[in-house]
Amino acid sequence: MSAPIIESETEIVIAPTSGWRAFAWKEIWAYRDLLWLLVWRDFASRYKQTVLGPLWFIVQPLLTTVVFTIVFGKFAGISTSATPPVLFYMCGLLGWNYFAQTFQSTSSTLVNNAGMFGKVYFPRLVVPLSGVVSNLATLAIQGTTFAAIYAAYYFIGLPAGTSLRWEVVLLPLVVLQIAALSLGVGLWLAALTARYRDFAVLAGFMLQLWLYGTPVIFPLQAVPEGWRMAVLINPMTMPVECFKYALLSAGSPTAPSIALSGGMTAVFLFTGLVAFKRVESTFVDTL
Amino acid sequence: MSRPIIEVSNLSKVYRLGEVGASSLREEFSEFWLRLRGQATPPSESEFWALHDVSFTVQPGEVVGIIGRNGAGKSTLLKILSRITEPTSGRAVMRGRVASLLEVGTGFHPDLSGRDNIFLNGAILGMTRAEIRGKFDEIVAFAEVDKFIDTPVKRYSSGMYVRLAFAVAAHLEPEILIVDEVLSVGDASFQRKCLGKMGTVAKGGRTILFVSHNLAAVKSLCTRAILLNSGRLAIEGKTDAVAREYLHGGEKTIWEASWPDRRTAPGNESVWLQRVSVVPESGDDPAHVSIASPLKIMIEFANSVPGAVLNLSLVLNTEEDLCVLNTCSAARATPKGSHQAECRIPGNFLNDESYSLRLLIVQDTSRVLLDVDRVLTFELHETGRQGNWFGKWVGVVRPEFPWTTRLMDTATINS
Repeated sequence: MSAPIIESETEIVIAPTSGWRAFAWKEIWAYRDLLWLLVWRDFASRYKQTVLGPLWFIVQPLLTTVVFTIVFGKFAGISTSATPPVLFYMCGLLGWNYFAQTFQSTSSTLVNNAGMFGKVYFPRLVVPLSGVVSNLATLAIQGTTFAAIYAAYYFIGLPAGTSLRWEVVLLPLVVLQIAALSLGVGLWLAALTARYRDFAVLAGFMLQLWLYGTPVIFPLQAVPEGWRMAVLINPMTMPVECFKYALLSAGSPTAPSIALSGGMTAVFLFTGLVAFKRVESTFVDTL
Repeated sequence: MSRPIIEVSNLSKVYRLGEVGASSLREEFSEFWLRLRGQATPPSESEFWALHDVSFTVQPGEVVGIIGRNGAGKSTLLKILSRITEPTSGRAVMRGRVASLLEVGTGFHPDLSGRDNIFLNGAILGMTRAEIRGKFDEIVAFAEVDKFIDTPVKRYSSGMYVRLAFAVAAHLEPEILIVDEVLSVGDASFQRKCLGKMGTVAKGGRTILFVSHNLAAVKSLCTRAILLNSGRLAIEGKTDAVAREYLHGGEKTIWEASWPDRRTAPGNESVWLQRVSVVPESGDDPAHVSIASPLKIMIEFANSVPGAVLNLSLVLNTEEDLCVLNTCSAARATPKGSHQAECRIPGNFLNDESYSLRLLIVQDTSRVLLDVDRVLTFELHETGRQGNWFGKWVGVVRPEFPWTTRLMDTATINS
């Protein structure tokens, strides 16, 4: 027998944690390769057996836009102000879809990966984070589709007042906020679902209702004065408005509302992380 | 002695039986409502100590076996040391990189190719991409799947799948390796390969914690063993001594039962049992009956039905409630009174398993008068095995059938 091998100075202490739990960001960094592989797995496997493959990333939002244009624009007659309805809905859906997808992938983390979590240890947060990243790719594809449609409109002739603004360079910050918000709310749901399966049903329902409280289908200005506050409290309102403002000069973001939305995002993210941390270490016991 | 690489002190894990499985919100609300009205909440669910105050240390380079019956706490201990769940109290310190192999192929994605899955699985087990790249060729060679490396793993045969999965795990290079009963999956040749690889890893000076039911494997790999019994550490020491304790102590088997009092005897006013026993004809100590020993099952029962035509029916089940066989006595006229019946199971027929016996008394070969499940439970052991293979012998029975092998001709080779 050769000499015992002690290569590293790693020391892992296993003990019950209680009360305040700090996140081991360093450990998540050590598992960054896994994060990238999970991102890539999501992408590679999602449309592996479909005919259209990655084209679905383009088809889905386009179809939704068409349906919105027909149902809300034509049937219900909801005005989109001066903006062409197709661009209006597509633009609103950019931010919203990224939020909805990330929220869904995050909230189902523990339950969807129960099998894996029950057999091997790695920082659990890597999985929701990989969703945040892989959904960015979907957003990029949708953004490109939007750009193509926008270009088509540009050549046909955009209505006066619809134009790109310089604030477009700030949109990455808005995307970052959406990522943080969907992660925060999603982690809350994930933690609650681990304890009460009822929340798994609630998650899908919640998303549906949330869409109606967000100015994706309607312009914020169309909301009656008395109700506007209710829509403004929704932290997703400002990100969607910012998208519309920067890309179409249509939304009406204001500094106080952005500050409120940003503040709520921070609170959701922070408390969501804490809630997730509380359940992740013993989650497998309740399977 | 150097500093221990694993130090476990007073580790306990409590499961609240009521909480197993996510509770629904409704239950929580109704409980809250009761409390609000000042009523006592229903008695709190019983607690189950899966692990109770377990302490031990492991020195670098040691290969330690953890043995114990089902439910003794082995899996819980592994889960805690692998950081899959947290202990309720106590602590453990692991001084080195840990890899645990509680399952082969964790995180395999069926749609992805073998190549992709090697990287994915490796990363899940804690390897970096650079490490996996360095080991890639070795892993493929070990798994013998080089021709199919770019095929989605869902097209693999189950054998290929398991080989690939184990190959990834086997090429982890942790300082501490935790291995569960992975040897119980796959075919005999795979098991042999696993054991061989484990032996190599052990000789390489790494520390291994090895959990198994399979005493033969534990004995061949481990220098030291720890026996868990109902969540507590029963004994630790040299593998042979601990294995002996495992076989003799803490038996939950019942080889014999008798009911002198009719009122407590299983049965009814028509028929009831008086005595049931399983007697090893070899005269083996009941704690360690060999699979080679013939077994005599003796049944004494009383009948109060005049002119009854009765027969006995025995059902033999494994501990996992898998039915092994059902055997019946001939139906015959049974006068009122006490009767004795005897049934003989030949030696070298059952496997090294725990079995339970279900007994039925049937009237007119159609009406069941008495049906007692688990009237006796007994366990058989393997006493000595020839050859180099120590894997678990599969099957609920293990009969010795006549075999012959002969040379047909030598021309096939010489020509």
